[in-house]
Amino acid sequence: MSVFAFYLFAICVIVGGLFTVISRNPVHSVLWLILAFLSSAGLFVLLGAEFVAMLLVIVYVGAVAVLFLFVVMMLDVDFAELKAEMAKYMPLALLIGLVILMQFVMVFGAWDASHEAAGLRAQVTPLDRHNTEALGLILYDDYFLLFQLAGLILLVAMIGAIVLTLRHRGDVKRQDVVAQMMRDPKTAMELKDIKPGQGL
Amino acid sequence: MENIILFAPLVGSLLCGFGWKFIGESAAMWVATGLLFLSAALSWVVFLTFDGVTEHIQILRWIESGSLSTDWAIRMDRLTAIMLIVITTVSSLVHLYSFGYMAHDPQWHEGESYKPRFFAYLSFFTFAMLMLVTSDNLVQMFFGWEGVGVASYLLIGFYYRKPSANAAAIKAFVVNRVGDFGFALGIFGLFYLTDSIRFDDVFAAAPQLAETQIAFLWSEWNAANLIAFLLFVGAMGKSAQLFLHTWLPDAMEGPTPVSALIHAATMVTAGVFLVCRMSPLMEFAPEAMMFVTFLGATTAFFAATVGLVQTDIKRVIAYSTCSQLGYMFVAAGVGMYSAAMFHLLTHAFFKAMLFLGAGSVIHAMHHEQDMTNYGGLRKKIPYTFAAMMIGTLAITGVGIPLTHYGFAGFLSKDAIIESAFAGGTAYAFWLLVAAAAMTSFYSWRLIFLTFYGAPRGDQHTHDHAHESPMTMLVPLGVLSLGAIFSGMLWYSSFFGHADQVGKFYGIPYAEAAAHGDGHADDHGDDHATDSHAKDDHGADGGKGKDKHHYVFTGQPGEGALYFAPDNHVLDDAHNVPNWVKVSPFIAMLAGFVMALWFYIWNPSLPARLAANQRPLYLFLLNKWYFDEIYDALFVNPAKKLGRFLWKRGDGDVIDGGLNGVAMGIIPFFTKLAGRAQSGYIFTYAFAMVIGIAVLVTWMTLSGGAH
Amino acid sequence: MISADLTIILPETLLAGFALLALLWAVYSSKDKAASAMVWLTSAVFVALAGWIASTGGGTQVAFGGMFVDDGFARFAKVAILLSAAVVLAMSEGYMSARGLLRFEYPVLVALSAVGMMMMVSAGDLMALYMGLELQSLALYVVASLRRDSVKSTEAGLKYFVLGALSSGLLLYGASLVYGYAGTTLFSGIIQTAQSGHVSIGLLFGIVFLISGLAFKVSAVPFHMWTPDVYEGSPTPVTAFFATAPKVAAMALFARVLHDAFGAAISDWSQIVALLSVLSMFLGAVAAIGQSNIKRLMAFSSIAHMGYALMGLAAGTVFGVQAMLIYMAIYVTMNVGTFAFILMMEKDGQPVADISALHMYAKREPGRALAMLILLFSLSGVPPMLGFFGKFYVLRAAYDAGLAWLAVAGVVASVIGAFYYLRIVYFMYFGDDNTDGLDGGKSPVLWGVLALSAAIMVLGIGNMFGVEAAAALAAASLVN
Repeated sequence: MSVFAFYLFAICVIVGGLFTVISRNPVHSVLWLILAFLSSAGLFVLLGAEFVAMLLVIVYVGAVAVLFLFVVMMLDVDFAELKAEMAKYMPLALLIGLVILMQFVMVFGAWDASHEAAGLRAQVTPLDRHNTEALGLILYDDYFLLFQLAGLILLVAMIGAIVLTLRHRGDVKRQDVVAQMMRDPKTAMELKDIKPGQGL
Repeated sequence: MENIILFAPLVGSLLCGFGWKFIGESAAMWVATGLLFLSAALSWVVFLTFDGVTEHIQILRWIESGSLSTDWAIRMDRLTAIMLIVITTVSSLVHLYSFGYMAHDPQWHEGESYKPRFFAYLSFFTFAMLMLVTSDNLVQMFFGWEGVGVASYLLIGFYYRKPSANAAAIKAFVVNRVGDFGFALGIFGLFYLTDSIRFDDVFAAAPQLAETQIAFLWSEWNAANLIAFLLFVGAMGKSAQLFLHTWLPDAMEGPTPVSALIHAATMVTAGVFLVCRMSPLMEFAPEAMMFVTFLGATTAFFAATVGLVQTDIKRVIAYSTCSQLGYMFVAAGVGMYSAAMFHLLTHAFFKAMLFLGAGSVIHAMHHEQDMTNYGGLRKKIPYTFAAMMIGTLAITGVGIPLTHYGFAGFLSKDAIIESAFAGGTAYAFWLLVAAAAMTSFYSWRLIFLTFYGAPRGDQHTHDHAHESPMTMLVPLGVLSLGAIFSGMLWYSSFFGHADQVGKFYGIPYAEAAAHGDGHADDHGDDHATDSHAKDDHGADGGKGKDKHHYVFTGQPGEGALYFAPDNHVLDDAHNVPNWVKVSPFIAMLAGFVMALWFYIWNPSLPARLAANQRPLYLFLLNKWYFDEIYDALFVNPAKKLGRFLWKRGDGDVIDGGLNGVAMGIIPFFTKLAGRAQSGYIFTYAFAMVIGIAVLVTWMTLSGGAH
Repeated sequence: MISADLTIILPETLLAGFALLALLWAVYSSKDKAASAMVWLTSAVFVALAGWIASTGGGTQVAFGGMFVDDGFARFAKVAILLSAAVVLAMSEGYMSARGLLRFEYPVLVALSAVGMMMMVSAGDLMALYMGLELQSLALYVVASLRRDSVKSTEAGLKYFVLGALSSGLLLYGASLVYGYAGTTLFSGIIQTAQSGHVSIGLLFGIVFLISGLAFKVSAVPFHMWTPDVYEGSPTPVTAFFATAPKVAAMALFARVLHDAFGAAISDWSQIVALLSVLSMFLGAVAAIGQSNIKRLMAFSSIAHMGYALMGLAAGTVFGVQAMLIYMAIYVTMNVGTFAFILMMEKDGQPVADISALHMYAKREPGRALAMLILLFSLSGVPPMLGFFGKFYVLRAAYDAGLAWLAVAGVVASVIGAFYYLRIVYFMYFGDDNTDGLDGGKSPVLWGVLALSAAIMVLGIGNMFGVEAAAALAAASLVN
């Protein structure tokens, strides 16, 4: 059963990836990508890593892929033109791809891990812990350094997004909270005693 | 003090050459000259106070490479001291002289600055020459050797607007390279055999070298002979000995003070100095020494014959120099190094003076150098005439026969001729005597043509002939003192008895009695016949000493010179028959009378003789056709080969090939690389993928195969 | 345990903390007005950290279970990175503020990327390697497009980003292959498994992919294509930064991975690196000839130089690593000076990058032209200058390791490469006099950096200011 599920998901991932690349319509590509994400989430479930599987669904499918969809729909990119340019290289590209593929067939045909590898490899699903607990232990203990670094990377990404897009425009009125609070009736208002019938 | 002597000229050269723009032309020249006079004064102090013990004065560590370890050091011994006074004295006087001679040179336009350059070159030459003679090892010597070569090149080609001067400079340089090649090979050989280039080590190893065989050029040689020969090849080049002499007459293209300094008094004697310096090695190389003697004698004779017919005043003196250098080599070749040095010293004085005198004549005659256009100048330039006269008396060897009173050349030349006879080489002896006669002839011919008879040539020039300024006459005066007295003054030191010579050079000596009796008997016979000769030494030697008989006992490297135990030439030379001693004097008289006859009594004779003996005359006039033979043998084939390599080899193959690569293939790739840089991301990504494919394939084909 | 780890990683922590504080302070205070001061402050912090790292003792310390290695090699690389980054920052202040590019995020990003580089050179684990690499790269992608109103700058950032992502993919793929073989991501573990068992083709493929990813970072051919475009498009001070510190970091990382993790397969990766090296040297030399933009030219120049540095690496020996480190140190010094010169190239306040603007430059600015001449001679490897000695070291390393063909190729490539350097010299000294020259560029900082760099090229001949000995120590601590 699980073998069947594995091959199903695995094939789905591959097909999803393939069609992401080759489909003509970018929106379709994103949809294929979502299929690939979901399938790989399924693979994680099969491995017993439910937490990661859920993360994949929530983060990648729920956030990233949807973001992609927005971007792809909003941008007016003529993919067809780009593709035409690329088509010139297609024969060569196919040849190269074939070569690499054959190399990999060779590699995996003669796959040979080192003798210690099995012992060194971490277990996918710790027997005595929950997924989240195990992840937490790894993140905050073994991989503390990497976790912090990942934080820094995200910070850089954030800074980068702000630096490259945020604009302070001089011609737009903006709310200045402090200035608002410091206003008082004396400075903000002028009382005029208008005599009836005279006007200003 | 030695350091100051050595570096004062360098400082002067730098200051004068680079600093004249800041301190002014004449100040720069005076600085250079003043520093040289300082150097000369100190040299005399060193020479007169020197006690004969060899000193080493280290200046700095120089080369450290593998087993080659060399200091830059001064080797201070008598040989160095002699060279110091010769070089610095002549150089300082030439500096002074140049103030007058170079004052208004027609080679240069008004307002052009050439004098500081000239003085800087002169000072630089002096420094290089001092480097050569003070060196403590062969590499340092080679450095000085090449330094004087460069200075000589610069000074011969000083009139660089004259194509002939440039050609002469190149010729001098190239011919010297031939000699230097031999010299360098000799140094390499010594280093190869003794693992050192320091004189002390080399000298100490000399006896072993004599017993070593070395393979060189497809055959086995005695190491000492081979190396002595190679070193002598270097000396041949520098000292313009036969086969490598062709550059010296051409070098007269340089300004006359240069000829006096470099091509008469100092640089050309470097070869003689080298042979004397290497005397501990030479003593163990009998075959090489034989060759030195043979070549020296031949050169002396050859150059004298050519000198007979030259009409350019400087060329006559140049051939005379060549000839006198041959004398020195004969002396060195038969083992009388001190006699060689003696002649070197006296020759420096009188030959420098002859050149400077000739320069004075040329100056007076507005740079006319052909003697056939002179005549009757003795009234117009009396001081110059007097100086030239003294020089001629000195070079021809005028003195009182069988005594030690005479001009410098008399004593030193006779010493050499006696040594040649005593050395047992009749060939050298007779050639030298013949050369002495010819020396006398051409020297007097020069005097008669220049100063006597009716003025010839351009009348205008003769009318304006004038005596030179004091800056030119003072050096002449000083040098005349040397030409007259230097021989008498140092005769006993250079060519006296073994104890006097030994003391002078710092060579250990001992009484002969203590030295085996076999040959003491031989000399016993001579004692009676030789007694009057001994008496003649009266000027210096006490009578008491004459009773003893001394021999040199030094080991190689002890003292400035080395005489092998079986070298009796000094003694034998004192004991030669009287007819030998008188022969040079008679030769001189004969030459003088011939000259008198040819140029005073019967001035039409030379032309008729030349017409009668036309082939011989042309043979001599064309310097035995050496230049023509060399042109045919070496120069033209070399030029042809060079032209071939230049046009075909360099031009077509190398330039063509490189240009093809540089202007055809590489731009092609550049264009290709430029096209690959399309700007599209997918192109770039594609390139990366291709790269991966290539690397992976490469890896599987080579690395993964095992 | 954790406190000991933190002590070892203190310089990185301090730098990261400084970056965060600076960011906070700037955001809540004067924003871009403080940018100038922050640039100088960051530069000063770099120098201080470099001094501190250089002065801390020797020995090798390992933290976080082997993920972080602090040894002589890492310290050498860190000092080089921090110093070059400091100098480049100092150089960029005037240029960027004059063009309104100076924003407070710039020094912060540079500081964070420096943290990334320090992590890279100290990485003892494939994951740490990747984290450091990404931290560094991401910051670089951003600063590349700092001139966000310029199409070229944006394009540069985007290209760099996309291709960088591709290279990260390659790297990760390689890492996963290696993990598949070794069962661990720790370098120490990988080398053990490789030493005890036989080196399988899977591991070799992993190595190839890892090398490809790293080759992208050092811009070795054929992973170099981004370099000219990014160099050209980025603001010049950023280009100067790209050409210096990240190159040292990537090269050091390269050496660390190859020796620490794959030291058991030297003969296998050596030929790959040699191939990259020879391709880089030739392409760098040949392609630069066609360039008229000095920034693009410097891009190809740095490609060629990376080829030489890789030559030292290809040797696979201690001396090779030493030669590589010396080469990088000299390369960085030369490039800093050259970029100082390029930053001074302006006319009417606008930066000029066309080399034809340098015609007869020597007549107007003899001092600068002379300094540039020295640097260009050094870049091309003309003997009396330091650049020659760098080349000499790597050539010797290659020759000693039996790669004589590589050394010969290096010499040939350097002959070809000399052309475009000397062409600039030709323009400066013998060009036509009728073009309008450059003006301005009176910055004393730039002039000082240029002069100092040129002076080092001449004065360093003696002992390279001790770099040689330090590099020897560093190399010995890496390869054992």
